[in-house]
Amino acid sequence: MTTPDHNIHSTYQPTSGFERWLDERLPIVRFGKEHLLDFPTPRNLNYWWTFGAILVFMLTVQIVTGIVLAMHYVPNVSLAFDSVEQIRRDVNGGRILQATHAVGASMFFFALYIHMGRNLYFGSYKAPREILYMLGVLLFTLVMATAFMGYVLPWGQMSFWAATVITNIFAAIPVVGQPILELLRGGFAVDNPTLNRFFSLHYLLPFVIAAVVVLHIWALHVPGNNNPTGVEVKSSRDTVAFHPYYTMKDLLAIVVFCIPFAWFVFMAPDILGHPDNYVMANSQVTPTHIVPEWYFLPFYAILRAIDFNILFIDSRLGGVIFFAGSILILFFVPWLDRSPVRSGGYRPVFKLFYWLFVVNFLMLAYLGAAPADGTVLGLSVPTFSKICTFYYFFYFLIVLPFLPRFETYRPLPASISENVLGRTHS
Amino acid sequence: MTKVKTVFAAFATAATLIVAPAFGQEAEADSHAQPQIEAQSWSFAGPFGKYDEHQLQRGFQVFREVCSGCHSARLIAFRNLSEEGGPGFTEEQVKALAAEYQVTDPSVAEGQRPGVAADYWPSPFASEQEARDANGGAVPPDFSVLAKARGTTQPGLWWVLNYFTAFQEGGPDYIHALLNGYEEPPQGTEVPEGKYYNNFFPGHSIGMAPPLSDGAVTYEVAEGEQAVPLTLDQYSKDVAAFMMWAAEPHLNSRKAAGFRVILFLLVFAGLMWMTKSKLWSRVKH
Repeated sequence: MTTPDHNIHSTYQPTSGFERWLDERLPIVRFGKEHLLDFPTPRNLNYWWTFGAILVFMLTVQIVTGIVLAMHYVPNVSLAFDSVEQIRRDVNGGRILQATHAVGASMFFFALYIHMGRNLYFGSYKAPREILYMLGVLLFTLVMATAFMGYVLPWGQMSFWAATVITNIFAAIPVVGQPILELLRGGFAVDNPTLNRFFSLHYLLPFVIAAVVVLHIWALHVPGNNNPTGVEVKSSRDTVAFHPYYTMKDLLAIVVFCIPFAWFVFMAPDILGHPDNYVMANSQVTPTHIVPEWYFLPFYAILRAIDFNILFIDSRLGGVIFFAGSILILFFVPWLDRSPVRSGGYRPVFKLFYWLFVVNFLMLAYLGAAPADGTVLGLSVPTFSKICTFYYFFYFLIVLPFLPRFETYRPLPASISENVLGRTHS
Repeated sequence: MTKVKTVFAAFATAATLIVAPAFGQEAEADSHAQPQIEAQSWSFAGPFGKYDEHQLQRGFQVFREVCSGCHSARLIAFRNLSEEGGPGFTEEQVKALAAEYQVTDPSVAEGQRPGVAADYWPSPFASEQEARDANGGAVPPDFSVLAKARGTTQPGLWWVLNYFTAFQEGGPDYIHALLNGYEEPPQGTEVPEGKYYNNFFPGHSIGMAPPLSDGAVTYEVAEGEQAVPLTLDQYSKDVAAFMMWAAEPHLNSRKAAGFRVILFLLVFAGLMWMTKSKLWSRVKH
């Protein structure tokens, strides 16, 4: 391994006596300059790479709005629904604050899925970025858990029934299932103890997420960024300083991202939710059609797809295994993909399988929202879900490991600068 | 590279065009059970929508004279009626209106006193059980957020369009359809005793008797203003608009703020684009 020259780039010179004094004791200014300003970043990153910064922005928005909302929210089954309504009606700017937090969850996931899609396309998970990538998958699961618990807090019908259905999943696990279920709910059914612990954890987890984000960025700053060519940085000609080049590009992306965000918050704050969540939770009335939030739909479709017994495993446990497996499998992607070429841009056959995977994932989302007795494109929803579930796992377990045996790659550029500047300089 | 992208885009477009009608057909097949609810034109629809003060006042009159006999609105305070973006009553009118009602207050001698502007709309029944007993076992739902707790579905993939038009009026559309949806049951359909056949209610048998009919409420016509037709269609539109206001009282100011925010973001994005372009023009990338 050669030592990339981005590890030896400290250009910080303390100018005043105080800065020298501080630098010897806590080199925080040096750290900031090295990691936030001077950090050498590949010069060819496209806009797909701005979603990391967008996600940091979204996490901040959610934490700030969430802290203020928590000042007004009451985690009690008889008061929670009305307290959210009071925030909308009587807190100064409350309607916008609440809408920002609720719409923000959707925007967060939208950015998260694009960030993950970019990773899978450009092979950013491959060595030496496995830890960086796995921390990312861990963040994904933490964000899902946080979003799920947050959705329960307004205590509407969908909140209550989502909590019931999702916690029920754990009951399918043999032996420990029932104790886990009771621990999650704080009783035998979803009730006040459930709401209280979900509120507590919903407040805690974002700070855990923030801590893992720090690790994620730390792990990013050891090997540095991947880039659209997938060719590692070879010299300082391949990079530019993070500031001002990427700070300004990321900021532009964040501002543009805020336009649809603001559109939903101000013009259609409830369009991403479900009307049933404006009905207070009622354990005696089951909604005709229980659907999770859109960002869980693909995984919900996988859970529902397993409606048959596999040997001694009944369909319920089978569904849970596939549901958990669909997320856990992401942790193994760096070792499942055997391709020596990193970027999908140089893999003509992979590209087709990749885009089919994207379409398949969207189809799973559609199927997750479709009623189980319906039909889509002439196929029954359960059958179609099985096909899409099959392809989801086929992509990870067959395409990624075995495609490289048959694929011819497009020629890779010798370096990023060659790719960007052309061969004229050689 | 560009060619691959073009081919892919063309393929995706073609696939969408082929696939989309298929989604539509399925939705139509389903719609036999639940007839499609017609979208009405609402003054508060779209990014520039605003409540029509007169309509809210008329809707309030319908609510007060007809609906509030059975339906509560526990999150609506009298003071809301004089707040900006609402029916636009004066504070004096609201005070006088509140004083007409007796509200429960355990801290006064008889436990009842005349209402003040800060009081919430008194519920017609003391408890849920009482409401149930008085209405043949069905609880009349609370009006506070009812307009947002109902919605309509669009055939096929047309719902995608809603995200671009900011369509949020499914609730009022449903309420309007429901109030106009009382019909004779079709041949062979049995309606249980004490229930009524409604074309748009899920399951078709609803506990609420047809609450409105032509001429049921008399609107006062202010001088110099055109008389509004005293029809079921008009009443149901007015009361649906009022219910939307009750559920979303800050809609006017929210949309107005949104217009300014989005305008600001567009300008900011333009400036950031210029900054970024200028900066990167020196760097080949």
